[in-house]
Amino acid sequence: MATLRSLSPSAEHHNQSWPTYEDIYKKTIEIAKFLDLPRFPDITEDCYLHPNILCMKYLMEVNLPDEMNDLTCQVVKMTGIGEVDFLTFDPIAKMAKTVKYDVQAVAIIVIVLKLLFLLDDNLEWTLSNIAEKYNEKNKEDKPWFDFRKWYQVMKRSIDEKKQKWEEARAKYLWKSEKPLYHSSIDKGVVYKRREMVVNLQKQFSTLVDSVPTVEKKRPSSFQFNWTEGDSTRTCFHGHGLQGILKKKGQSLTTKNSLYWLSTQKFCRSYCKHVTTYEESNFSRSYQFIINLFSFLLRIKTSSLHEEVSLIEKRLFKAKYSKTKKKSRSRKGRK
Amino acid sequence: MSDFSEELVRSKTEDEQEESCMFSGTGMSFPWLQKHIETVATGGKKEKDFAQTTSACLSFIQEALLKHQWQQAAEYMHSYFQILEDSDSYKRQAAPEIIWKLGSEILFYHPKSNMETFNTFADRMKNIGVMNYLKISLQHVLYLLHHGMFEDANRNLSHAETWRYGEKSASQEVLINLIQAYKGLLQYYTWSKNKMELSRLDKEDYAYNTAFQNMLNHSGKMSVNLCTLIQTPGVWDPFVKSYVEMLEFYGDRDKAREVLTNYAYDEKFPSNPNAHIYLYNFLKREKAPREKLISVLKILYQIVPSHKLMLEFHRLLRKSEKEDHRKLALEVLFGVLDFAGCTKNITAWKYLAKYLRQTLMENHLAWVQEEWNSRKNWWPGFHFSFFWAKTNWKEDKALACEKALVAGILLGKGCRYFRYISKQDDQVIKKKIKRIKKSVKKYSIANPGL
Repeated sequence: MATLRSLSPSAEHHNQSWPTYEDIYKKTIEIAKFLDLPRFPDITEDCYLHPNILCMKYLMEVNLPDEMNDLTCQVVKMTGIGEVDFLTFDPIAKMAKTVKYDVQAVAIIVIVLKLLFLLDDNLEWTLSNIAEKYNEKNKEDKPWFDFRKWYQVMKRSIDEKKQKWEEARAKYLWKSEKPLYHSSIDKGVVYKRREMVVNLQKQFSTLVDSVPTVEKKRPSSFQFNWTEGDSTRTCFHGHGLQGILKKKGQSLTTKNSLYWLSTQKFCRSYCKHVTTYEESNFSRSYQFIINLFSFLLRIKTSSLHEEVSLIEKRLFKAKYSKTKKKSRSRKGRK
Repeated sequence: MSDFSEELVRSKTEDEQEESCMFSGTGMSFPWLQKHIETVATGGKKEKDFAQTTSACLSFIQEALLKHQWQQAAEYMHSYFQILEDSDSYKRQAAPEIIWKLGSEILFYHPKSNMETFNTFADRMKNIGVMNYLKISLQHVLYLLHHGMFEDANRNLSHAETWRYGEKSASQEVLINLIQAYKGLLQYYTWSKNKMELSRLDKEDYAYNTAFQNMLNHSGKMSVNLCTLIQTPGVWDPFVKSYVEMLEFYGDRDKAREVLTNYAYDEKFPSNPNAHIYLYNFLKREKAPREKLISVLKILYQIVPSHKLMLEFHRLLRKSEKEDHRKLALEVLFGVLDFAGCTKNITAWKYLAKYLRQTLMENHLAWVQEEWNSRKNWWPGFHFSFFWAKTNWKEDKALACEKALVAGILLGKGCRYFRYISKQDDQVIKKKIKRIKKSVKKYSIANPGL
């Protein structure tokens, strides 16, 4: 039975750092275990936390075509992460663990993008050229999804958002209403300091123009909004994937037939991480995608990369078992 | 212990190899190691988000100041004040100075700020931490003087003067001296105003005496205040000037001479051409002997050979009886004309023309050759090009003539400059040109072969 001591923050950390995703995740599990909570309600396919639905949400948010939803559902099925037992949190089970729902959903999208575009800094641009040519000739039809155009729109939007986020963070006021002090000796000094700061702030706030209150936005979990018909910010929801799919018998398959794994080999040592993310080893497109999604979720890029690797492991189970037998065989990106 | 660290290093490099070539390997990965390495810089403590956001805030402030976005800078400043409450004592102690520098900058330029805001801010910042009191007071005083608020400046200086905190450190010592010196300077200003008033009053006037008495009072205080600072090594031009003026007014020439000599010659003081200029002017007023004046200007010549006083120096040297003075006179003249700022100085050229003739007449060809040797490669292009010939003739015919004479003597009558000028047909100075041609013929040092 875990004790609460491991959960209490030290006085030093009081109001000095934002908690990280990993921290909160771990503490959730610890608290649930500590409280001996029973199994949580089942997460089925029509539940919000089910990867199919979350994928749909995130696809919309990052302005990717709705048609990609089929592919995400397929990947979910193949990896088995859509199963009820896998998804539902059961604290009293032997190995209590839960799924990082949002990170997982986003990781699926990354994998789908890799399947479609390979993201080797080459193929995705070639496919974009083809799509662009088609779109120019056929302005009336449903446009083919153009990776390059999407990248330009998203990059601009994400850079703006990031800039604003950084500015807001820089202005963040950490100190609580009442100043904290360690002992009664400090009290006088600390209160005096607080008074000084408050006076200075008051003085400078007169110099700052009162910002006209922005119309109250309805609370929404969406950070981006894309609407059809906006000429400045193209909405890609309705675009088609015909340019990157081809017919194979009865069904469609991707034009791209290659894939590279985010992690070749997982370490089995005592460290808590399974894989590391060294940016310079990966293509620029991949870095962009990882940065985009990790900013969206406010998590570390390495966490997302790790999740992608884990799901790929499931997806390519067969391939992985082969690599265990063959040692030092040349692999990697083709 | 050493084996273990070796192991760590080895495994880390293996890990890197694995990452770079994506082969399957047997390396171990220590992601937590990276984090620990990062904390070495922060002394073992993980950098908290507080430290990160405040340093980001600081860079935003600096950026806004660079771009003159006062509004934005004020916004970020508002959030930056929380650093005064930082639990990191090192940062907390360094904060007031940073805040003062940036904040005063913002308040100086922000359209909504006024003197009152600035004064309140300065007063607040002075009292945060003891070490900043004097520095901020001094800067505050300069701000007030900039806006002409004399009385307030004086009052602030008086407060600052009486500040004491335990044992004074060396840096505080200098600040205290500076503060006293500025007080002295303000007193000089009042004294000076009184002096002007006095000059308008009649001796019989009843107000005369009071004015005179006021002046005396101020001058007494001035002495006290300025004395200490002037004795410490440094560049104190305005203070020295005012002090000497006051001393001269009251006839204390000895003290004035002492102060100026000290200021110019004390080795501990940084080399300062103005010090020599002040001393020289003082000695000139005193009608000191020529030898003395020459020795003072000699040093100035070594520091600033292009100074306009050099022409005066030349005149002094020229009249001397000593031969090496007269040689130096030629040197000085050539030295002045080495500089681009003096190329159009007609006095310099007139002197050079006259003196060259004189020197050559006295058979000191060696002197002229010595000076010319180091210059004959670049002076023709620098002073005597065809372009200069045309420009000088157009702008100032007298100057052109003097230069032509010099050019003719040094380069011979075949040189471009001389040829151009001598070909000019001008009724007014036709005679002069004829004379120049004659002189050149007589005195030119150039060989026809060169």
